[in-house]
Parts: sequence; C-alpha cells; structure tokens
Amino acid sequence: MALDRATVKKIALLARIKVPESELDSLAGELSSILTWVEQLNKIDTGNVQPMAGGGHLALPKRADAVTDGGAPEKVLANAPERVETYYAVPKVVE
Amino acid sequence: MTLTDLTLAEARDGLTKGSFSAVELAKAHLAAIEAARGLNAFITPTAELAIARAKAADERLAKKTARPMEGIPVAVKDLFCTEGVLTTAGSHILDGFKPTYESTVTRKLIEAGTVMVGKTNLDEFAMGSSNITSHYGPVKNPWAPPGDKDLVPGGSSGGSAAAVAARLCLGATGTDTGGSIRQPAAFCGIVGLKPTYGRCSRWGIVAFASSLDQAGPMTRTVGDSAIMLNAMAGHDPKDSTSAPVPVPDFEAAVERGVKGLRVGIPREYTMDGMPAEIADLWRQGAAWLKEAGATTVEVSLPHTSYALPTYYIIAPAEASSNLARYDGVRYGLRVPGETLDEMYENTRGEGFGKEVRRRVLIGTYVLSAGYYDAYYLKAQRVRTLIARDFSQAFEKIDALLTPTAPNAAFAIGEKMDDPVAMYLNDVFTVPVNLAGLPGISVPAGLSARGLPLGLQVIGRAFDEETVFATARVIEKAAKFDTRPPCLKK
Amino acid sequence: MSYVIHGKTGDWEVVIGLEIHAQIISKSKLFSGAATDFGSEPNSQVSIVDAAMPGMLPVINEYCIEQAVRTGLGLKARINLHSVFERKNYFYADLPQGYQISQYQHPVVGGGKVILDLPDGTTREIGIERLHMEQDAGKSLHDQDPRRSFIDLNRSGVALMEIVSKPDMRGPEDAGLYLKKLRSILRYLGTCDGNMEQGSLRADVNVSVRKPGEKLRTRTETKNVNSVRFVMQAIEHEAQRQVDAYESGGTVVQETRLYDAGKGETRPMRAKEFAHDYRYFPDPDLLPLELTDAYVEGIRKSLPELPDDKKLRFIGDFGLIPYNASVLVSEKDIADYYEKFVAEVLVRTKLPKERIGTECANVVINDLLGHLNKAGLDIAKSPVTPQMLANLQALKHDNTISGRIAKDVFEIMVETGKDPADIVAEKGLKQITDTGAIEAAVDKAIAANPTQAAQYKAGNEKVAGWFVGQVMKATQGKANPGLVNELLKKKLKD
Repeated sequence: MALDRATVKKIALLARIKVPESELDSLAGELSSILTWVEQLNKIDTGNVQPMAGGGHLALPKRADAVTDGGAPEKVLANAPERVETYYAVPKVVE
Repeated sequence: MTLTDLTLAEARDGLTKGSFSAVELAKAHLAAIEAARGLNAFITPTAELAIARAKAADERLAKKTARPMEGIPVAVKDLFCTEGVLTTAGSHILDGFKPTYESTVTRKLIEAGTVMVGKTNLDEFAMGSSNITSHYGPVKNPWAPPGDKDLVPGGSSGGSAAAVAARLCLGATGTDTGGSIRQPAAFCGIVGLKPTYGRCSRWGIVAFASSLDQAGPMTRTVGDSAIMLNAMAGHDPKDSTSAPVPVPDFEAAVERGVKGLRVGIPREYTMDGMPAEIADLWRQGAAWLKEAGATTVEVSLPHTSYALPTYYIIAPAEASSNLARYDGVRYGLRVPGETLDEMYENTRGEGFGKEVRRRVLIGTYVLSAGYYDAYYLKAQRVRTLIARDFSQAFEKIDALLTPTAPNAAFAIGEKMDDPVAMYLNDVFTVPVNLAGLPGISVPAGLSARGLPLGLQVIGRAFDEETVFATARVIEKAAKFDTRPPCLKK
Repeated sequence: MSYVIHGKTGDWEVVIGLEIHAQIISKSKLFSGAATDFGSEPNSQVSIVDAAMPGMLPVINEYCIEQAVRTGLGLKARINLHSVFERKNYFYADLPQGYQISQYQHPVVGGGKVILDLPDGTTREIGIERLHMEQDAGKSLHDQDPRRSFIDLNRSGVALMEIVSKPDMRGPEDAGLYLKKLRSILRYLGTCDGNMEQGSLRADVNVSVRKPGEKLRTRTETKNVNSVRFVMQAIEHEAQRQVDAYESGGTVVQETRLYDAGKGETRPMRAKEFAHDYRYFPDPDLLPLELTDAYVEGIRKSLPELPDDKKLRFIGDFGLIPYNASVLVSEKDIADYYEKFVAEVLVRTKLPKERIGTECANVVINDLLGHLNKAGLDIAKSPVTPQMLANLQALKHDNTISGRIAKDVFEIMVETGKDPADIVAEKGLKQITDTGAIEAAVDKAIAANPTQAAQYKAGNEKVAGWFVGQVMKATQGKANPGLVNELLKKKLKD
C-alpha cells in the first residue's frame, strides 16, 4: 500500500505527532516501503487460524478488592511539567 | 589480577573470601567507566549510589549475611525505571524524568545485593538494532579494530552490551523485543539471554511492545547469565503476564551437558546471501554439540520468513498505543502550544526521534479503521502459525541451534537509509519473541575482520535450563576470548 | 400512549437508545489499588498505574468482575464466559494512558432486558444490547483559570459498566422510566449507587426521528447527561430540533452533542471534531477473561429478589394494583418498609393481609412518601418507623381515632417523632363514640342553622355533608364520622 501525503498527515494527526510539511513526502515513501514489505503476509492462507493475542500462556490473574495504593499526590505529581496546587495543568480545553 | 577482568562468578567468590572488598570492586569499575567515556555506553553513571551500595554490601559480607549477588557491580539498561535516578529510554521525550518507583527486576537485583554502576545507553524506546537512534548519541562497539571506522554495538541494548564487553560492569540488564539482547550480545562478543515471555516481570520497564518485551541478563559467561537470571526472574503479581511458575536453580543446570539431547537445525534459517563465515560457524556449533553427545536433527519451521513482517506489524501497533502516554502532561518533555492538541503535537513531534516516529505512525496506520483486519489481525494469525512451527518442532527436539544475526557488527552510518534493510538484522531472533520462547546468544567465533559472531540456542517455554546447558557446551568448545582488542596489550 | 411530534409535514416518531455509564461499587479501582471515594482531595486517589507512569501495568479487580456479572444476571442477560479487554485509543488530558481499557468485540454481558412499569399498570420491555466493563477517565476543570485546564485523576481508572440499550424507547417518558428502573435494579443488586449528581450514573442519549413505518434515520448522541429530568428534556429538545431541521429542508448529521441544562437545549460539542478512530485492539498487558458456569451460577444464587419479582409477589400476597406495587418496589428500602409495616399491622389487628395490603400501600405512598418527598428525605431517614405507623393504623382500626384524626396524628408524628398513642392522649384526640355527646352536637348544629335544615327537607341532600362538617368542627374532628352521619340523617328528616 502506497501512502500519500494526505494519509500521512491524517495518521500523524491521529498519533498527535507534528510532522513538518517538508518531511511528509520522504516519510510517505518510507512508510509505503515498509507497508509494501509487510504485505507479503498476504501470501499465507490464514483462513481458520485463530489470532494469537499475546505472549502469555496463562489465565488472567485477578487481585482482591482492597485499597493498597494512592494517597500520595506528590508521588504522581513529582515529575509534572506544569502543576497548580495538586492539579496537573494543561492548555485550556474548550468543550 | 585486574578486578574488572573477573567473571561475575569469580568476583562473587573473591568477595566471599574477602580477597577484595565490594567498594574496591565498585571503584575499579567506576574508574573503567570514566576511562571508557568515549564508548558512550552510559547515559547516567551512578558513582555515588554505587559506592553507597558497595559499602552496605561490605557490611553484609562482613556479617556473613551476604545475598546471592552481594557487591556485584551491574549496569542497568536505561529502559528500567529506577527510583530517584534519571530514566530516559534513550528519548528526548522523557527529559528529566526521575521515577518515584523501582522496576521489579531492578528491585530484585538490589535485593540480591547488586551494586548499580549506571544506566546504559540504548536505541530510543528500544527501537533499533544498532543503538544509533538514541537521543544521547550512538554507542561504539569496543570490538572495532583500532584505527578502523566506529562500529555499532547492535541494539537496542547496545550500551549494556558494550559496557559488559569493555569490562565496565560484571553484568547488565537488557530487554529483548525482537533481538535487542541477543543481537548486541553477538556483536559485542558476550552472552545475552532472552528468557521465556513471562519469566521476568515487565513492571516498571518502559514498554515498547507488551506482548514481546522481556528482560534478561547480559554477561561475559553462560554461568554468569544463569546467576543473574536467578536474581531477576520470578512471578510478579503486578504484571498480569508474569508466569506463576517456580524459578529453578539455573546455575545448577549450566554444567549439565548435552548428552542425549536432540538439537534441531532449522532448514529455513539458511538464507540466501548468508555470509559463508556465519554458515560455517553454525555448522561448527552443531559439530561441537555432537561431539559432546547430542544428536542434531534437521527440522522445518516453515513460516520463518514471515516472522519479520509479522513483527513489524505487531510491535509498532502495540508501541503506537504504549507510547501514547508521552503527552507532556504528567512527566518528561513539554513543548508549549496554544491548545491542548497543539501541545501534544509539538511535544511528540519534537520529543520522538525519527525511528520512533516512523514506528508509531506505522502502528497507528495498521490499527486504524479499515486496515485492522488486513494488517494487525492478519499478523496475529500468522503469529499463531509461527508459534505452532516451534511447538511442532519441539515434539521432536529439545533445543534449536541457529546463528544469532545474519552479519557481524557494521559501521555506524551503514544501513541507515533503508529501514527494511536495518530490520533484517533481527531475522533470526524475532521468531523467538513471537513464540515467547527463551533464546540465548553465545559468542562462538570471530569473523574474518576479527569481529565476534554469536550462535543462538532456543529452548522450550520455561526451559532455560536446557538453553544454558547447551550454550555452555558451545562456550567451552569455542574457547572464545571475550576481551576486545582495545583491552589487549 | 405513544409520544408523537406533530410536524408541519405530519407526525414523527422518536427513536431513543441510551448508553448508561454506571460506576461499579468497589473499594479500589478496576486495574489499580487506589481508592474510589467521591470528593477526595485532587490527585489523592491516584496510583502510579492510574497516572500511566512509564512501565505501569494493569491487574484486574476480581470484585468488579463479580459486580458486572451480577448486574448482567439482574438484567436477565447472557453472561459471556469468554470476554476480552481492548484498548480504545484517543488523546485527552484526563486520559493518562492515551487509551481507555474497555471491552469492545467481546463484552462480558450480552443481550438482556429491562421491564418498564407504565403508569396505567401495563409493562413494556426494553432490550439490553450489551454490558461491558471499562475504566473511567479523570476530571478536567475548565473554569478555574483563564488559560489553563486543571486535571484531577481521582476518577481515572474507576470501574464502570457501560450498559447499552436497544433503540426501543419512543419518547422522553420511556427514557425516564427506563433510567429509573435500571437505577432501581442496580441499587437492588448493590452494584452501583445510582447517584447521578455525583456522576456515578451518566447517560449518553441517542436520538433520531422518523415518519411512522420508516427505517431509522441519522441519530445524534448527547453525552453525559446527569439527571433523569435532563435526559427527558434533552430528548424532547433534540427530537424537536431534528424534526424542525427535516421540515425546513435541512438534514441531521451524526454528531456528538452536549446538553445545556441552563438553556434546556442541546448543542454540538465545540471542540475540534477529529475524525475519531479509536484503533481498538486486545490489550496485550491483559489476558482474555475466562469465566466458568459454576462461577456464574454461584453469583446467580446470591442474587436478591429484584423489583419485578417483588412486584408480582406484592400483587399476589397483598392484593395490590400493579401501579401501587411498582411504586413500592421502586426502591428496596421502600419495599422493605412496606413489608415491615404490613407485618406490624397484622400483629396488632389480626386482619387478613389481603384486607390491609392496599390500605397500608396507600398510607406509605400517599402519606409517608408524600411527606418524605416534601422534606427531601430518604425512607431510610424517615422519622416514623414502621412500628409507629402500625400503631397509628391500629388506633384507626379499633376506632380509637377516626381516619380524619389519623391524618392529623400522622402530621404530628412526623414532626415530633412521638408515638401516635401518646399524641392522641396528649392532645385528647380520642374519638367520641358516646352517642349522647354526638346527638347533642347534632341537635345544636341543626338548631343553629334552620335555613340549611329546611333546604335538606326540601330535597337538597348535599346539605347533609355540610352539616357533618359543622358537627366535626364543633367536636374538633373527634366525633365518630359514622355515628355523626347516621344521627344527622335521622334528625334532619324529623
């Protein structure tokens, strides 16, 4: 699949990564070559094959319903680029 | 005797006997780190911390309450979160990030008595096979022939591999998503083990691709690898994919030998254009195992050639989601913007390097509406076939022997323009991650240029013991001198 | 009683489906050990997992699974023994991971139903499409600072059930009844407190309109409506807006809207509408959730009696009309109160329960609930216990007081919390059954009002009622109304 500039722009927007206009073409070329290369998988018939979801071989482990964490705002706010009191602060959002 | 030339096992014995102190051992390695700054193997050396932990280790040694790795200097790939110590993942986007928590694996290493000497360089977010994508600059391979061009150490655990090879520590942690422990181990002439998926906890390790990532030890000998894995492994209730299985005494399995073992030689790993020296080394490895009493069997893993494209769908897809949390809100870099979305785009645009950006965009694309079935779901189905290849082979054999990489270390700057060419470095290692199996790279010889080459031993899930025993036989037969030329007189 | 919008071009039918987000009652979050209490200090209930620190991993809370299964069983739904947690990827300031862990292709609960109790006593079934578990997001505060929004992650990671109805509702009334009934079931089950003000229960309202017999037209989704009344108003406004759009030659676009309670209208979200593409995929940090039949059956056995079953039992045991029964079972506390009350009355009066069931229902619905509503109290905080109310009933049945006086005693009882017998004694409200005393009062009333007495004699029998009033007034309401009536009729004819 060859990706065009517009598609690259669209996925960059979805991924929230700013891509300079000047790099769109070369990036489209790189991504297209990767996609073309991975498309060799289409040669395999996977009709009845179940997808493998993860590397685990086991059952989902569960934990008991108990409060064992939290209660330390400083621990989660320590690295915040911008904070006000015990809030994280971000540019204003208009809903 | 130079303290930095000891193996981990020898250093452990020396410390126990009191031949030298943990502080002396730490200082020798810290001095070596200073002297080897040019390799750029470390992002953050932790000299003060190392001395403090070494002092504590000496107290325990004196009181005869030493733990299994008391006083052993180790390096930690800068993908493991370490409490109060800068953790970068090799990325600009984690600028200044000091975790308020310790990853399970590094916590276990601390509890085993190890002394962390620093955080090692790596490909950004562990995405790369050459350690050139790090925001902190490339790592140099200590094996580069003097006067020659700088060589890559492999990646992504390139800093750890270089540090172990250059004797800056006795062991280091790595992580392996598609070969990131084994390929740099091969390039730097050391032993690198990727354990079974679920053997070591992923908690506190910066995630790249959750279903593939696995931490493992990087050391100069197979025996050291076993010692270090014993300290790192174990079930962790904080990781839902961590296996609740007992941890055997790996060290005890190392000298078990291979008598009666059936070792598979996968037909499909003979690839067009494989350098003769690699094919020869592979045959040599099989011969050594036969001499030691194993039988070798040709087996087929028919979907091998599809492993790389499968990996390059699944890993970027998971990464695109795992890396969404780097958004400039709670930690790391923030590049201002007028609106929230602008702030996101600026932060992530500036914070991620080109390879990470490429993979996040590919991952975003293959998961997007209309393409999910064609790419992601297809890859997950092929993954099932790849895993099935292995499980069918393991009905007839106990271990597999393959080359670790299709080539030796290459020059910094080579293979940079074509991402797919770079990806081919992992052709022999990636299938192991897709199937969740343990694999080790053990140095087995030198290329014509004098660069290390590794062989890979792959085992059944949770059978690292057979992997160690087999690798040990190769190690003994190869008599590989792990000292790079720069350390020889 | 179907809801129809009479447009210029004819009648329009409204089609409504609700997606309810119900916070699961649990001590800790769905995938972390942080607490879930409402109203705590900002970011004080946040673990490093909830803040999506690098390397953090989810581990599921087993009680939340149990709660979701319990709810599914309460909705008479299919429990899927195999379900999968997926990641829903999007960026927002209060979504730290950059994805929400949710269930998408394989939810834990499949099709079920909710039965609506209509005011005319009939019922109507609303289909449940599915129920799945997911994480809540944090909270953004937009009004604290002119140029910044503040983020509090206390809610981040709290367990939610998303309960999706089929588009089976046809008007605001349906939606209101559905929401109330669903809330009632959740509260009976103890799986969600249903508190809409605190956001434990939020509704996304899907509305479209069509001409009768047409296929479905484009729908809009109004997000996060937080009261039953607002849901009904939002539907009313949104349906009318769509009809107006079609009738003025316009069209309706599929979009997300917000309900402005102040203006009583919906409006499109102002935020830049990125074409959403959530890129769902199974969360590789978790394994599929596998349940067993034995596990599900164990939970089924522990289910309490639910409102629909209770309603049928009340109709059968106490001879109630369906509407009264549905009012009484709407809240478990009310139903429990009622049953206790009836039992206490039985002890005191020895009457058969079919005889007093309806009478007690009326007391609870009209008097007690009426008072509590006015006072803004829950039945759990009622100043009057079932025993006290039964004492009052007993005083009525043994003719100690009249029904009229009983109402006064009730009022005093709710104000003072005193026992009715004490009130009656204190205020001297005991009914006058002494025929002589009543006769005197009747004579006096007739003598004092000859004009009215003459009217009665001339055939205007309504005047008798007026005389009863006079006699009751003269006896401060204490005269036995039966005796007063009897004596009056006899004396007026004389």
